[in-house]
Amino acid sequence: MTMKRFLLASIIPLTLTGLVAIGWWLLNGVDMDVLNPSGDIALQQRRILFITLVLAAIVVIPVFAMLIGFAWRYRHTNKKARYDANWTDNKWLEIVWWGIPIAIIGFLAVLTWQTSHSLDPYRAIESDKETVEIQVVALQWKWLFIYPEEGIVTVNHIVVPEKTPLHFTLTADAPMSAFWVPSLGSQIYAMNGMTSQLNLIADHTGVFDGYNTNINGKGYSSMQFTVESKTNRNYESWIKRTKSSAGFNQDTYASLAKPSTEGVKTAYRLTDASIFDTIVGKYMHGMQENKEEMNVEAPMENHDMKSHDMHSMEGH
Amino acid sequence: MDLSWLFGRMSLEYLPHEPATLAAAIGMPLLALGAVGAITYFKKWRWLWKEWICSLDAKKIGIMYLFVALLMLLRGLADAAMLRAQTAVSVGDASGPFDVDTFQQVFTAHGTIMIFFVAMGAMFGLINVALPLMIGARDVAFPWLNSVSFWLFVVGMMLSNVSLIFGGFSNAGWLGYPPLSGLEYNPGPGIDYWIWSLQIAGIGSLISGINFFVTILKKRAPGMTLMKMPIFAWSVLVTTVLIMLAFPILTATLAMLSLDRTMDMHFFTSDGGGNPMMYVNLIWAWGHPEVYILVLPAFGIYSEIVATFARKALFGYKTMVAALVAIMFFSFVVWQHHFFTMGAGANVNAFFGIMTMVIAIPTGVKIFNWLFTMYRGRIKMTASMVWFMCFVFTFTLGGVTGVILAVPALDFQVHNSLFLVAHFHNVIIGGVVFGYIAALTYWWPKMFGFRLHEGLGKVSAYFWQVGFLLAFMPLYALGFMGAVRRLDHYTDPEWVPFFIVAGIGVVVIGMGAVALVLQIIYSIWKRKTLVDTTGDPWDGRTLEWSVPSPAPEYNFKTIPVVTHRDEWWHHKQSKTTQAEPALEDIHLPKPTSIGVIVAVGAGLAAFGIIWHMWWLAGLGTVIAIVSIIWRTMNDDTEFTITAAELRHETGAKS
Repeated sequence: MTMKRFLLASIIPLTLTGLVAIGWWLLNGVDMDVLNPSGDIALQQRRILFITLVLAAIVVIPVFAMLIGFAWRYRHTNKKARYDANWTDNKWLEIVWWGIPIAIIGFLAVLTWQTSHSLDPYRAIESDKETVEIQVVALQWKWLFIYPEEGIVTVNHIVVPEKTPLHFTLTADAPMSAFWVPSLGSQIYAMNGMTSQLNLIADHTGVFDGYNTNINGKGYSSMQFTVESKTNRNYESWIKRTKSSAGFNQDTYASLAKPSTEGVKTAYRLTDASIFDTIVGKYMHGMQENKEEMNVEAPMENHDMKSHDMHSMEGH
Repeated sequence: MDLSWLFGRMSLEYLPHEPATLAAAIGMPLLALGAVGAITYFKKWRWLWKEWICSLDAKKIGIMYLFVALLMLLRGLADAAMLRAQTAVSVGDASGPFDVDTFQQVFTAHGTIMIFFVAMGAMFGLINVALPLMIGARDVAFPWLNSVSFWLFVVGMMLSNVSLIFGGFSNAGWLGYPPLSGLEYNPGPGIDYWIWSLQIAGIGSLISGINFFVTILKKRAPGMTLMKMPIFAWSVLVTTVLIMLAFPILTATLAMLSLDRTMDMHFFTSDGGGNPMMYVNLIWAWGHPEVYILVLPAFGIYSEIVATFARKALFGYKTMVAALVAIMFFSFVVWQHHFFTMGAGANVNAFFGIMTMVIAIPTGVKIFNWLFTMYRGRIKMTASMVWFMCFVFTFTLGGVTGVILAVPALDFQVHNSLFLVAHFHNVIIGGVVFGYIAALTYWWPKMFGFRLHEGLGKVSAYFWQVGFLLAFMPLYALGFMGAVRRLDHYTDPEWVPFFIVAGIGVVVIGMGAVALVLQIIYSIWKRKTLVDTTGDPWDGRTLEWSVPSPAPEYNFKTIPVVTHRDEWWHHKQSKTTQAEPALEDIHLPKPTSIGVIVAVGAGLAAFGIIWHMWWLAGLGTVIAIVSIIWRTMNDDTEFTITAAELRHETGAKS
């Protein structure tokens, strides 16, 4: 083997070694929210991820092996290898490579059907603890969270009790946005004039990062928030503390809703319980004149709002 | 004096004022001026006008498509480099080199340009060059429409680039979801540039789809039944069906969005009875078939390349056809997988998820068939074949992450994160880009009469492959870490090394693109030594290799009669000498400028609508319509090459 050939032949192994080294250096000690989750939903999703990867490997590994093996074995300089220019059909081989993917996808299809239901973001999480209700409003460019039962409002920050089901009802007063806490699992879009829902649970205490995943204007990158999971006792005392904060009413909302990226993590006491329905309702009929009637008709708006909920359209 | 009737909503504030766009706005016209100057200096205007701009020769139109696509590839790569330069540094208190508005326009332009003006352009270019030759046709079914398609494509491309100089581009992502792309949140001209750039190019694509569909059905050489067609022709046939079904959806959707914006209508607004979710459904009902429109011809190309360089007929031809047709059907029932997270019910999500996975079956079968075409072959590892190897490796990885995204319960965890970005680059670079570059290398001799330099092609493939891994593997990891797409700024310092490696990856891919350009320049320089005198440099299998390189204007002196699947290969194997059939007169379409004029009219109309210059919108529309009517009344559209001239030509050569 000449020097030139040797150098050429070593390019691929050298490159692969280099890439693996870079990968090792990058991944060493890095904590990935999706792969190291803190909530049961995300944990189940990780399990599906691993099952899918193993199933895919059944096809991918032979493909890579054959790609390299065949290319080497049947190189045109290798006269020892059999050359069969007209061997272009083999029923049994074709049955094998239709059959194996069909079997794998068949298995995955069952898994998909089951998990689409069991991990449906709208599906309530079973627990003996009472679910915490949180209303979410995506704004330009901050997140508004309303705890209707506790009478609390927060911005860019949620505090939740650990091991307790959380039920989010989401809307937007901004272009289409999306709510995602990778440590807890599952994201969902938040859209004007309608609501979507999401059920999550935190398995232990901690602080988790949340993101907007759908571009909604200039301040999109700033729409990060945090989820702080506390023990039940600490959560209760946080509620008590927050109850003495400044009040949050339509006026506070109006100034908060102005486009800006200065979403300071603040908390308020909710003084106007109809605020979420008003936000959803303001897009319902679209006519500016109706705006003043909205508050009066809040219960009816609420009814209308449900009919605009995509999920209920499908008879859930 | 109020001049708004004349200038619409134009004003000086729309001139670029940010360094990056300013540089582009000065640089691009300078480049264009340089090109104009060079053409004038070398006195090439007449040649350019008569031989190229007015040409109705599919091969020349194809070459022009490929030229534009290559230019736009460089523009798209420059955009990508800007994006990664930003994300490599803009963490915490540090700000990147670009402001938010520029960054958002750049990623929108990157996606739009790469899909519409690189991938679509290269696809139509290759189809124009190779398809008529492969099916033994002298031309396409509608040569003049072919010219209209191409020039509409060029005008669309120019609109998206002109926006850089005046007015700015869309900042709402490559598919521009309302309400963000609606009047309320985005009143400026950027979104309108995006709409009309796509609208015009899209109509061009639709016309091309019809054109090649009819070409394949009506212009095949005698004896070439559908099941004797080269597999590339099959892939194009299936693609054109997708184009004809999908592109009208794009046209209608963009038209409605434009009505929302210019006439204050309410198709996709949040209020007034509109529904943005309808837009999301419609745009993906086009958008998903679109990715198959791009990748299916690439599948056809790989099939031709692997059979040629393994010197063995394609394994399982019938299965390959069945797989193509299956993919065609399924690609229309998967669009909802782009928005599992929009809140549809579990049954709907599960249905679309399973349909998506089902596509993996015929796609997997195709990969096995390619591998078994190599099995017991005599493989020449040419540059085209190296691109094929890179394709199988990369595309298979992309398939795995595609299946992950297809499971709705999993998609909820990775949707719109950088994992998704890595996935679609994985399949589009691995499938489409590698395929089209492989095809460019493969068919180059047929276009120009000389081969491309093999070594530089392999160097380019090496850089693209390594660059791809460096640029996108970190993005998969970043997706798992919570990094979402389209971030101009982030807070987590742990992400920085990943973004830096991804940035290095873009540089390496850029080196691949430079190697590709160098390969072309070097090969032009060395065209004497790389010359293809036989017309069949690869010992090919299909009819395009039976004619000289570059292919003559009329493609075939006499139309071949087809008896076998790989007709040319069979012809060479059987070694029978058939009596040369008698030469007959050949009728070819005359060059005409009306294709360009129609496109210019459409471009003026679009520019008028973008800037609310209604007189210009009207004028442009009138120009386009009158030119079309003018053309339909012209009966003298062909010229004749007589048999005597053909004989003379043959005599002179031999």
